[in-house]
Amino acid sequence: MIRFILSKLLYLVPTFLGITLIAFSFVRILPGDPVLLMAGERGISPERHAELSAQLGFDRPLWVQYFDFLGRLFHGDLGNSLVTKKPVMAEFLTLFPATVELGLVAILIATLIGVPVGVMAAIKRGSWFDQVSMTAALVGFSMPIFWWGLLLIIFFSGILGWTPVSGRISLMYFFPDVTGFMLIDSLISGQKGAFTSAISHLILPSVVLATIPLAVIARQTRSAMLEVMGEDYVRTARAKGMSPSRVIGVHALRNAMIPVITTIGLQIGVLMAGAILTETIFSWPGIGKWMIDSISRRDYPVVQSGLLLIAGLVMLVNLLVDLTYGLINPRIRHK
Amino acid sequence: MKMLSRILIAASALAMTTAMPALAKTFVYCSEASPEGFDPAPYTAGGTFDASAHPIYNRLVEFKKGTTEVEPGLAESWEVSADGLEYTFKLRQGVKWHSNEKFTPSRDFNADDVIFSYQRQASADHPWNQYIAGITYEYYNSMEMPSLIKDIVKVDDYTVKFVLTRPEAPFLANIAMPFASIVSAEYASVLEAAGTKEDLNNAPIGTGPFKFVAYQKDAVIRYAKNPDYWGPAPKIDDLVFAITPDAAVRLQKLKAGECQLMPYPAPADLAAIKEDPNLKVEEQAGLNVGYLAYNTTQAPFDNPKVRKALNMAMNKQAIIDAVFQGAGQVAKNPIPPTMWSYNDAIVDDVYDPVAAKAALEAEGVKDLSMKIWAMPVQRPYMPNARRAAELMQEDFAKVGVKVEIVSYEWGEYLDKSMEPGRDGAVILGWTGDNGDPDNFMGVLLSCASAGKGGANRAFWCNQEFSDLLSKAKQTSDVAERTKLYEQAQVIFKDQAPWATLDHSTQYVPMAKNVTGFVMSPLGDFTFDTVDLTE
Repeated sequence: MIRFILSKLLYLVPTFLGITLIAFSFVRILPGDPVLLMAGERGISPERHAELSAQLGFDRPLWVQYFDFLGRLFHGDLGNSLVTKKPVMAEFLTLFPATVELGLVAILIATLIGVPVGVMAAIKRGSWFDQVSMTAALVGFSMPIFWWGLLLIIFFSGILGWTPVSGRISLMYFFPDVTGFMLIDSLISGQKGAFTSAISHLILPSVVLATIPLAVIARQTRSAMLEVMGEDYVRTARAKGMSPSRVIGVHALRNAMIPVITTIGLQIGVLMAGAILTETIFSWPGIGKWMIDSISRRDYPVVQSGLLLIAGLVMLVNLLVDLTYGLINPRIRHK
Repeated sequence: MKMLSRILIAASALAMTTAMPALAKTFVYCSEASPEGFDPAPYTAGGTFDASAHPIYNRLVEFKKGTTEVEPGLAESWEVSADGLEYTFKLRQGVKWHSNEKFTPSRDFNADDVIFSYQRQASADHPWNQYIAGITYEYYNSMEMPSLIKDIVKVDDYTVKFVLTRPEAPFLANIAMPFASIVSAEYASVLEAAGTKEDLNNAPIGTGPFKFVAYQKDAVIRYAKNPDYWGPAPKIDDLVFAITPDAAVRLQKLKAGECQLMPYPAPADLAAIKEDPNLKVEEQAGLNVGYLAYNTTQAPFDNPKVRKALNMAMNKQAIIDAVFQGAGQVAKNPIPPTMWSYNDAIVDDVYDPVAAKAALEAEGVKDLSMKIWAMPVQRPYMPNARRAAELMQEDFAKVGVKVEIVSYEWGEYLDKSMEPGRDGAVILGWTGDNGDPDNFMGVLLSCASAGKGGANRAFWCNQEFSDLLSKAKQTSDVAERTKLYEQAQVIFKDQAPWATLDHSTQYVPMAKNVTGFVMSPLGDFTFDTVDLTE
């Protein structure tokens, strides 16, 4: 198992280097220049432009800038934001827990609903449940997130008044960040009602963020289950007179889970993309919104280091998914 | 018995929670953008100043609420020497600095703070110039302070003298701007000793109506009333900014009572907001102008008669109706009507395609093709440049002028539109910084700003016009200046380097029980006078 983990880790090194190059070039390929954007309509004299570019190090050849970026990276220095002038790492750490909290709840919702729905749809293939749930999944998958989020806000917060409109917790509550995870911090704070308030603020954004992964997971589970249920060993298990729930729960589902887990792992990347819009709609202070703001301002250090951190994270999650296969299916581990 | 005590506890807890609002009055503002930081000097965004300069700090002179007139701030009074080169400020005494857990001021505000606040921006060698690596002072530079301020002299603890290199009438308005906020020199030395210089930006100490309490990045900013404020005490106890970037969500929050006031509603929502019984809307003409700048150095646009003819071919009212949905008005001058020296006697070019066509033919212009540049972003003075350009395209087609619409990424747009050989006319605009007419006409239309690095995108250099502006800058007599700027506007209209398009209207929706909010022509959001009625 250790060799398996090590070989997986070794693969990460070239991938990571590749990502540094992509992250570095991505913002620089975009037209536009952060110094010009800072000056706005007022304009900036060529001398001042040169002065500022030199101060920020943008006057050096690109490859020098890239190796400088790499060099700093290995010393743990991700640079400072051009806009806020604060260290990128500090900003990331402040915002990251909010995204993780939202993402975890969303993936939890998507899995806890998606897998049983997929299994049910597969068992009752062709039934009204199958038809309705798979149509709903198709609709969910094609849902424009921005519109969907706004619709839920208008209905549940505006008309019914059941959920708060946006933010992470009611402004009534004020306590210091301990972990950055609002659900945990609100419990630690001991303030009455804080935890409930944090949960009520999480409902709409996590449902919105879960929509697409939920649809994908449900569909994937259904087709994986259908495939497995046609296998010989399932027929054998049935023939042995095993109870249907045991056949499905032990023999079919366990084998069907491999592609489903891959799908769930891949949804982490989808979640990051969804987080950008969800965070903007729900004024959720996470890294998705932070990246979008930084791209539009051409905040090079934030975009390149932020992309790197996010990509690193997605890689890590995929690694964990690979390791999970090993646990579920020993054949993969021994290959 | 146990049951009874539980009920009693619950009842008293309930009583406490319901009694809370009466104890502390909290005002929540659904702000649009996150502040870049809390030191106003290195930043340029209006949203940053609303969160820093306005609640936390003061300046030597301030803009009188709801106007662009300058009134005493931390300076009680001032004298200007006869040659206009020396400004001597008498400072207010007994002004208390805020305190926080790391800092308790040992003295009141004095001349050292003024000198510190300016010197750190002026001199690259100042120990606080680069207190955060890579910091720059863009407003200090763009308002030409480095070439204007020769020296700042501490006459005594409560008198400061600014020595200028040239007479500059807008100087007072310039130093009422956020970048000139006064920060505490004593706090700076405490932070320096503690090795936490960046706290000047993260945990600000000022003299303003509200004390900074906490900022959760991209989410919430909290302030508390400054009980020792030298001016009229704020009526609310706690001020909270709930950062909400999306206009539709801001409106939902306002409706749900999660905040009491919001900026920048979507124009499409205005009708519904006005009908909502729980909300009200205040409105005011914005201090801005949107324009189409011809390249006056290229034929046939170097001919004022051609430019005039094109202006006549443009149905501006139709553009305003389509683009602003009622939230704007047609512009005839390069400065907005709320600004002093606005020349209302000027008559705008009348929309008349037939006359326009005849005028073009008279100038020998036939089969003209031109480009119109449409900005890729929304700005207060132009919410949809692409749509405006399309309407111009239709209008110009009626007089036989073929238009190709071009656009670039915003940074590139700003840069390329200032290239001297630029092909085509550019849609752009301006929002005033300090309410001085020179901040419009000088920045956008003078000969000095027609070169690279300026903002004169018509490349229009009319000596007579520029001379009037220079003269107006050298006298501080407002009546005299008004006369000069009025004359300048006549030349502008006659020469038509731009088609003046619009001035937008600013709307501020708020809960019905909000009182005392004063809209600022400069677009600032300040809350020291607001109150909530029951």
